[in-house]
Amino acid sequence: MSQADDLAIRTRGLRKVFSGKVAVRNLTLDVPRGEVFGFLGPNGAGKSTSVKMLLGLVFPTSGEAEILGRPAGDVKTRSKVGFLPEHFRFYDWLTSAELLKLHGRLYGMSHATIRERVPALLDLVGLTPHRDKRLRDFSKGMMQRIGLAQALLNEPDLIFLDEPTSGLDPFGRRLVRDIIKAQRDRGATVLLNSHLLGEVEITCDRVAFIKDGEVVETRQLHGENEEQTTVSIRALHVTAEVVHGLSQWTPSVRSEGERLTLTLSPGSLLPEVVRYLVAKGADVYEVTPQRLSLEERFLEIVGSDGGL
Amino acid sequence: MGIWIMAGVTFREAARKKMLWMALAAGGAFLILFGTGLHFQAKEFAARGMSPVLRREISFAMLTMGLYAVDLLAVLMTILTSVDTLSGEIASGTIQAVATKPVPRWQVLVGKWFGFVGMLTAYIAIMVSGVNAITYVMPGVTARHLLRGCLLMWMESLVLLSVTFAFATYFSTLTSGVLTLGLHGLAFLGGWIEQFGALAQTQRAVDVGVIASVLMPSEALWRRAAYEMQSPLANAMRISPFSTLSVPSMAMVFYAALYLALALLVAIRRFSQRDL
Repeated sequence: MSQADDLAIRTRGLRKVFSGKVAVRNLTLDVPRGEVFGFLGPNGAGKSTSVKMLLGLVFPTSGEAEILGRPAGDVKTRSKVGFLPEHFRFYDWLTSAELLKLHGRLYGMSHATIRERVPALLDLVGLTPHRDKRLRDFSKGMMQRIGLAQALLNEPDLIFLDEPTSGLDPFGRRLVRDIIKAQRDRGATVLLNSHLLGEVEITCDRVAFIKDGEVVETRQLHGENEEQTTVSIRALHVTAEVVHGLSQWTPSVRSEGERLTLTLSPGSLLPEVVRYLVAKGADVYEVTPQRLSLEERFLEIVGSDGGL
Repeated sequence: MGIWIMAGVTFREAARKKMLWMALAAGGAFLILFGTGLHFQAKEFAARGMSPVLRREISFAMLTMGLYAVDLLAVLMTILTSVDTLSGEIASGTIQAVATKPVPRWQVLVGKWFGFVGMLTAYIAIMVSGVNAITYVMPGVTARHLLRGCLLMWMESLVLLSVTFAFATYFSTLTSGVLTLGLHGLAFLGGWIEQFGALAQTQRAVDVGVIASVLMPSEALWRRAAYEMQSPLANAMRISPFSTLSVPSMAMVFYAALYLALALLVAIRRFSQRDL
């Protein structure tokens, strides 16, 4: 399998201009298969337009985009893709069960699979008691739930969720988190567009900060391979020579009394640093990674204008 | 496959949203009115002792009037029911959930088109049969070339449907509706100018009508349908308001078929290439 085949999403210099206004400037992104990837950015940063280009709903002005190894918009690939739009709407004269059956047919699923999947999905999103209720009688949260169900109906390899918790109560939000986790566990890739930083922090493996239609930073959130970690270490008997020796891992070391503050890139260098300190005779009492919270970083990137 | 799924859901939408039933109810009310009018007319004719030939010709004129009303209802129903299906779903974002499924966009559009064709076919068949059934039972006349006329009226609806679809891939619901009705209005006026021009033997007025029919051939199809359906005597004597002073030729019918196909192709092309 080539490197490109390992990627669920691959874009190079993707650009979209609407009537002279640049919506997406230059989106270059790699999302490996099996990752839960967060798209963060202020309103108007180009998140939704980027997702629409990946789905083939919007045609790029220039650049390349591939999903699951095929050009974005490829009709056949869509059978492996699920999508929950930001404000899910559908024919309001359908009942929730009818809506899912229709989407199952549009996905090209067999009648037997549809019969099996529809009740399971209604159950998953907590709408079984409302299976025969028409969408016109649904609340905003219920619409979001049925939208989520249609996005998962075909057991997709790649799922785009655009503000999935919009209109949901805390139970609904918890449900979305659990669903995303279950999708990751079965090996699906999830691209999550959300304003809710706390949620992104809990659910995503990696995030991209987007501003003015460009990725300004990507960041690993979980696991050992965090790209950059600032660590505070409380240790005794750390000589100036030992502090100087830390420069082999990082140029950023600050020593104040018993406390050392250093930035490691990648964060996986930390055990090596601790071993070095102990070997040099330091007594290490405390090691605390100090990750800049997503919110702080978000505000730093967006700036005081709030992205408006 | 995608075409038939979309056709089915569009047809069901018309039924569930009560569009079809309301249109049929309005059509039913018209048929009752039409039947009542014919009933009193027949009584009046009997009282006056009118000659059977004249009675028959007036009944034929009534039949043509009834079919003309059906044609107007079909035109309005075509435009009003279909105008929101594309532009409305694009504006609300409803189309996004469909357009991201493994169904090519052209199939989504053609499927919707077929859904409306099904609905309009049922409507025109029911209404034309209804008018003819009434005139057959009461004064005992039916349209001369019923099937031919019915097909021409059906084709008129399909032309308007395709034009509505083409406009809806470019413009909002309201703009598309205004444009299609405006074009049909132009054709309608052009048709009457052509008739009066022919009556007054003014070639330029006839030319204006022909140009209007080239711009929108819907009304020309109705005039051809009227020619096919009304009595031979009315056609020969030129006594009907839908007289055949200037009958749209078969070339115009072929042109209308081409126009229909072209409008549908424009709609497909634009819908397949536009951002949703």
